[in-house]
Amino acid sequence: MSKVRVLVGTRKGAFILTSDGKREKWDVSGPLFTGWEIYHFKGSSADPNRLYASQTSGWFGQVIQRSDDGGKTWHQPGTPPGESTQTPDGQPKGESNKFVYDASPETGKPLTTHQFYDGTQHPWEFKRVWHLEPSLKDPNTVYAGVEDAAIFRSTDGGVSWHELSGLRGHGTGPKWQPGAGGMCLHTIILDPSNPQRIWIAISAAGAFRTDDGGKSWKPINRGLKSQYIPDPNAEVGHCVHHIAMNPSRPGVLFMQKHWDVMRSDDAGENWREVSGNLPTDFGFVIDVHTHEPETIYVVPIKSDGEHFVHEGKLRVYRSRSGGNEWEPLTKGLPQSNCYVNVLRDAMAVDTLDKCGVYFGTTGGQVYASADAGDSWNPIVRDLPAVLSVEVQTLS
Amino acid sequence: MIRVVLPPHLRTLAHVTGDVELEVDSPVTLRSVLDALETRYPMLRGTIRDHDTLQRRAFLRYFACEQDLSHEPPDTHLPDAVVRGAEPFIVLGAIAGG
Repeated sequence: MSKVRVLVGTRKGAFILTSDGKREKWDVSGPLFTGWEIYHFKGSSADPNRLYASQTSGWFGQVIQRSDDGGKTWHQPGTPPGESTQTPDGQPKGESNKFVYDASPETGKPLTTHQFYDGTQHPWEFKRVWHLEPSLKDPNTVYAGVEDAAIFRSTDGGVSWHELSGLRGHGTGPKWQPGAGGMCLHTIILDPSNPQRIWIAISAAGAFRTDDGGKSWKPINRGLKSQYIPDPNAEVGHCVHHIAMNPSRPGVLFMQKHWDVMRSDDAGENWREVSGNLPTDFGFVIDVHTHEPETIYVVPIKSDGEHFVHEGKLRVYRSRSGGNEWEPLTKGLPQSNCYVNVLRDAMAVDTLDKCGVYFGTTGGQVYASADAGDSWNPIVRDLPAVLSVEVQTLS
Repeated sequence: MIRVVLPPHLRTLAHVTGDVELEVDSPVTLRSVLDALETRYPMLRGTIRDHDTLQRRAFLRYFACEQDLSHEPPDTHLPDAVVRGAEPFIVLGAIAGG
């Protein structure tokens, strides 16, 4: 019988929630990495026992954790204790938490500054890893989206990281600026039909795509409108919160922008708004049903000044028409006095026949639906604030 | 033998439970102690000092013999009591919040 493993990153550690395919009874284990912020925690689809976690702290910086046995044991995939950190010829060995921006002229035109909050130019400074995206084919290859915004790749299981510097080097970097949460690259989507194509999103720069495996990138923000940008045709500067794609239709993308829910039917070349009858179109998460590529989910948030659900009711909204027409899903969710948020990486879907949907809140609840959102049950209620939710469907 | 006291989160990363003891050649300085610490425990690289600039992370402090050494140059000699092992060199997570 199939099993599901839900990987939860929180402000104070990580948790692993497991159940059989019925998704009724859950085993909760954790916390792992106690006291640290786990911005993202994801498994490889090529090897479900290979898990990666981004462990971060304002005091101690960035740590990458890896498990090769489905989360039973963990290690930092760098130099083992007691072993020299240099190669015999004196070169430094890879270090799993070393993210150094590429400044070499040979590999692009890396930029040194972006726009800061006060409008001045500010140098790129690494702060943390927001998102880890394992390769679809190779468990040792994994991408990292970081703050300040850039994308890195490891091909040795997280031991060493190298920037795909064409993203920062393509020319618009001085117009990128941090959102309230920092200037983060938070979304990485790999195209299952084309290994050379990757989409990423940055707050607040927008969405970008590479068609050559990360060497060169182009902004794909045509159709996005942002009130705070005077130019209605601005190529970059948009605060994209998250993008989701159904693997069976790689050209169709759904976006939760700061305000506005958007879709693209041409791999991001053009976007159109599909907010329709949502009570508010501000939000962070968006996801797509595994088996119904026109069924999408969002959690409307009241406003950019009030980061909690609208009217004190926790409602997932589902559209079965690819947007515009939305229905609230409330069964099993609190419908009064609820003031939580659902952050951008905190929703996931499994691949079981009846699609399971999962999300976590800043109030520490993780909810599961085993019927595509018709009804919900809390798996746990009192975790630290949830930063990310991912799910693995295991045979 | 130099004794180093780490904050609890770094002890967890290094898989140690108490003080760390290090052999450090003379002269014993801030830099040489931290170099020795990171050589013995490579998983701590980047968590105390920046990988490249070796600057102290902003929310960490260095103390020894009731002196705050956080702003001293890296080649500052540590007090004799630390060199003798009578007093520890302390890496402290600064208290923040409220």
